[in-house]
Amino acid sequence: MDTIVLKLIGIGFITGIINGLFGSGGGTIIVPALVFLIGMEDFKAHATAISIILPLSIISTIIYLKSNIIKLDISFIVVLGGIIGSFIGAKFLKKIPNLILRKIFGIIIIITALRMVLS
Amino acid sequence: MILFIIGLISGIIGGMGIGGGTILIPSLIFFTELNQKEAQGINLIVFIPVAIVALIVHFKEGNIETKVSKWLILGGVFGAILGSLLAMKIKANSLKTCFGIFLLFIGIYELLKKE
Repeated sequence: MDTIVLKLIGIGFITGIINGLFGSGGGTIIVPALVFLIGMEDFKAHATAISIILPLSIISTIIYLKSNIIKLDISFIVVLGGIIGSFIGAKFLKKIPNLILRKIFGIIIIITALRMVLS
Repeated sequence: MILFIIGLISGIIGGMGIGGGTILIPSLIFFTELNQKEAQGINLIVFIPVAIVALIVHFKEGNIETKVSKWLILGGVFGAILGSLLAMKIKANSLKTCFGIFLLFIGIYELLKKE
């Protein structure tokens, strides 16, 4: 096994822990890792990230389901909105400048984070 | 209705390629009675159908590097089991604080990142 394979397994492991522990956030670890460590193009890194996080999320979902954490009736409504929203989002993706979007997103996230930590 | 709107907005943001979950989980905490663990569980299960649709599109366009992803998944499976079991052990409120700190790092990273 060469070092790149070990690196990939390690990145995967950390992604899995974060994604399982927080039920989200796998992409925020794996996309920069693929871009900066592997040198992958940004759009390929996003696509590849989904192919990794999907099986990990299925595993985590099973563990959460077994602990009776997931309310299926509520999930169903959120899923409906989520599917429609992701179609709209995918269409918008090419129209709005990514940099401005990301800075706005960053500010919203920081405010949200502080509210969660302090409340 | 609020649940549908929360799903819709996170879906739009997720579809744009910036973490939908980072919006979905706090929204569920702020606007519904769900606790941190329940919100995380909903995010996980909601991600599955949305990701399947996205994955089919990306596969057709040849955007996925399977050579790389198989090793990442291998490590990821063990991480996912460990992380999820850990989440089940931690109290919902403590998990919320940890999640908030994690979010803070994501926000700072997004702000400082150069394109």
